[in-house]
Amino acid sequence: MSQSTALGMSLRNSVAMVIFTLAFTGLMASVYQATKEPIAASAEEEKMKLIGEVLPRGDYDNELLKDFVDIGTPPDLGLREAGRAYRARKEGQPSAVLLEAVAPDGYAGDISLLLAIRLDGRIIAVRVTEQKETPGLGDYVDIHKDKKKDNPWIAQFNDIGFSQVSQADWKVKKDGGRFAYHTGATISARAVTNAVSRAQVYFQANKDRLFATPTGGKL
Amino acid sequence: MGIYQDITRNGMWKQNPAVAQILGMCPVLAISTSAVNGISLGLATALVMALSNMCSAALRNFIPYEIRIPVFILIIAALVTAVDLAMNAYFHTLYLVLGIFIPLIVTNCIVLARIEAFAAKNETAPATFDGWMMGVGLTAVLGVLGGIRELLGTGQLFSGIEMVIPGTHALQVLPEDYPGFLVAILPPGAFITLGLLVAGKNWLDARAARAAAAAATPAHA
Repeated sequence: MSQSTALGMSLRNSVAMVIFTLAFTGLMASVYQATKEPIAASAEEEKMKLIGEVLPRGDYDNELLKDFVDIGTPPDLGLREAGRAYRARKEGQPSAVLLEAVAPDGYAGDISLLLAIRLDGRIIAVRVTEQKETPGLGDYVDIHKDKKKDNPWIAQFNDIGFSQVSQADWKVKKDGGRFAYHTGATISARAVTNAVSRAQVYFQANKDRLFATPTGGKL
Repeated sequence: MGIYQDITRNGMWKQNPAVAQILGMCPVLAISTSAVNGISLGLATALVMALSNMCSAALRNFIPYEIRIPVFILIIAALVTAVDLAMNAYFHTLYLVLGIFIPLIVTNCIVLARIEAFAAKNETAPATFDGWMMGVGLTAVLGVLGGIRELLGTGQLFSGIEMVIPGTHALQVLPEDYPGFLVAILPPGAFITLGLLVAGKNWLDARAARAAAAAATPAHA
């Protein structure tokens, strides 16, 4: 008798749990669907603002956002979805490339980056576009969270490339390289530093093709 | 109407989540580095608490007693996810400030505590109000705590407000050359400041109790 009661109770509870799970998963799914587009739109808007930070307006005179090539998902950039490279030109001459990259090994998963690289291989600037690093600890890789406003961490990469710091030295100091990091929060800095290095490898290997491919074409 | 006054008094003072129940310390200590952060996260928590108390109270007769905790957690997790997504979509700049702390509302035990202690036993309307007032009480403490730490640590107040209300800016309260007091911003500063706030509340309570006792005792003693 007591066994059947126990059985009955487990059944009743399981059914109730399944129904609640389905109902609330449904709620989450519908909110996800409803907010998908606004979220994508706000991320896009944020990106436009960021482009201004990595690529000074005076460095190009073409319509940057219309001058792109589809680059797919090259492993060196770590992109999760097919990406684009935007090409900056001044007076018709190629001047810089805007690349997106993902550091997959942040402390809290992916750290998305936006880089502008000059034709000579020197980085103009790097910015973190999306990150979930620990607030107040690892999130200094994002310039907006960095407390050193006059000398932010990410500015280390400004104006240098593999010709200034060799690929072998393009690591955080803890790994035997040249770049500083905040003690106790190495992982975020290492992830970004290595991703910036890989992005340069990609740029060096594909530089000519990046500019030779017609607009809107596939690399 | 008495119950609503009681709920308000409990949330704001008597059972205040931060200075009386000392629950939900993770966000209290981590996010209260500035008044704006504290108040923003407090309001997001208040919203989640109002919604989760409302759902739990409305469904309380359908939730088997034995599995109530997992169901409550499910409700909280679903609502936090919804609030997280909605903030990302419609208050993007604020979302960028609060970052990881929105999902962490799930782990804030004050949310579950209010469902278990109040919403599971009460009608939907007072339960919703209870969740909201507890959240507002938490927000008040987070705001004060954040304000004190920010003021001592950096000499400013309301830094980061431009992310919430564009066009405004932080107040420089102390002189520009104030050297800053780093401990206030670091985690120990949170513990010390919260300790002082709790002590302050207890002192006020004790004084009020003494005054009440003195008033009740006949004057001839």
